[in-house]
Amino acid sequence: MIEAIDIHKTFGDREVMHGISATFETGKTNLIIGKSGSGKTVLLKSLVGLYQPESGDILFDGRSTINLSHKRSLALRREIGMLFQGSALFDSLTVEENVRFPLDMFTNMTLQERKNQAIACLERVNMPKESYKLFPSEISGGMQKRAAIARAIALRPKYLFCDEPNSGLDPLTSSVIDNLIHEITKEYNITTIINTHDMNSVINIGEHIIFINSGNKEWDGTRETILQADIPAMKEFLEPYRLRFE
Amino acid sequence: MFKSFFFHLGRYFVFLGQMFRRPEKWRILGKRILVEIDKLGVDSFGIVTIISLFVGAVITIQTATNLDNPFIPKYTVGTAARESILLEFSSTIVCLILAGKVGSNISSEIGTMRITEQIDALEIMGVNSVGYLVTPKVIAMLISVPILVAYSMCIGIFGGWMAGDYTGLCPSDDYIHGIHYAFKPYYVVYSLVKSLTFAFTISTIASYWGYYVKGGALEVGRASTKTVVVSSIVILIFNLLITQIWLN
Repeated sequence: MIEAIDIHKTFGDREVMHGISATFETGKTNLIIGKSGSGKTVLLKSLVGLYQPESGDILFDGRSTINLSHKRSLALRREIGMLFQGSALFDSLTVEENVRFPLDMFTNMTLQERKNQAIACLERVNMPKESYKLFPSEISGGMQKRAAIARAIALRPKYLFCDEPNSGLDPLTSSVIDNLIHEITKEYNITTIINTHDMNSVINIGEHIIFINSGNKEWDGTRETILQADIPAMKEFLEPYRLRFE
Repeated sequence: MFKSFFFHLGRYFVFLGQMFRRPEKWRILGKRILVEIDKLGVDSFGIVTIISLFVGAVITIQTATNLDNPFIPKYTVGTAARESILLEFSSTIVCLILAGKVGSNISSEIGTMRITEQIDALEIMGVNSVGYLVTPKVIAMLISVPILVAYSMCIGIFGGWMAGDYTGLCPSDDYIHGIHYAFKPYYVVYSLVKSLTFAFTISTIASYWGYYVKGGALEVGRASTKTVVVSSIVILIFNLLITQIWLN
């Protein structure tokens, strides 16, 4: 479980998060939704440690991440997997080498064991075998996302963060990626946090949803209760999708 | 302007501090150094060969033309060409060219990794991104540049010999005698020390500008330009300082 407690984040003179508190449960796909520029990415990057909040605390299964020593911070990061908006695969490495990268860096497995583990992860995300030796620029956006998921789960993380996983994908591929993340969350019993503005993801896999607006958490609930929210910004945000929810 | 200068200077030293942290895996660092030597050093042999050959030839022709005096022996052309190539061309000018070729390459590579979140991905995994990306480049440059400079010295002198002999401005025997005449091996050491300083300067400044890119493709281009401008200026300043300290 991940808990954010009264998180404030400022860039220069501008405060972009005004005391956000939220709980993200283990074994569930937790979604952060909101309009573009609402502060979703800043919240996600603060949770994952790429941004340091000015005040507040973030707890990973009760372990505070604020003022963590460098050694402990590194240890915690090895329990985290992250899927970036643009996949962020390393251009100079093949798909298989990308997935093997965290294993090469942080395990004492033999080369054959690392290769086997990487291939197991690639098979888990249904990557075609012929793509293993290709470079990221030689595969499609959907395949890049799958490879990035495979890399994120290579070290069997306890926490999985996904920043706009469907960005730039067609609806069918988006649905495949959503389902894959959902299945992995259940299979490995991890705490998954997905940052999205794709309402199809909310309908498909949103078990716990947080609505962010102008740097404030305005609503917290499930997809079953999302239409009952009596918040103007949220109603406006959901309006185009109302029929699909109903 | 001063505020910006001190901001970048301070951040540059913090950046260097991150570079000297213990690597996650020595084996991976070793592999990456070899890859970078191939990319930054071996790939530069072509341009260094062409430039050294032609500049060596031009130096010889210009010197011979200007020393067209019966009281000055012909071998002086070889000696003057050797001194110009050893002291200034092969160390400073070649490094200025490398600041353009290698510096912009390093800066745009790291800058692109920054804007495509590849550096964030490294950080999330708990990898020291500066150590992983920059340290192998700096070590590779420290190994490659002195070799390139020594190679440039040989090619430059060879180019001078070819030009002198072909044009008849300095016959082969005179040129070779001039090359040997009053040779100070210390100048080679001085030149190689300069090249080490410039190698460190080019690689760290290029990596610094690339690492802190914010924005998109336009900013990556700007970072490459800044790399070439800043590292060229720093090379010229260090050239002056080292020359003043060593040769004076």
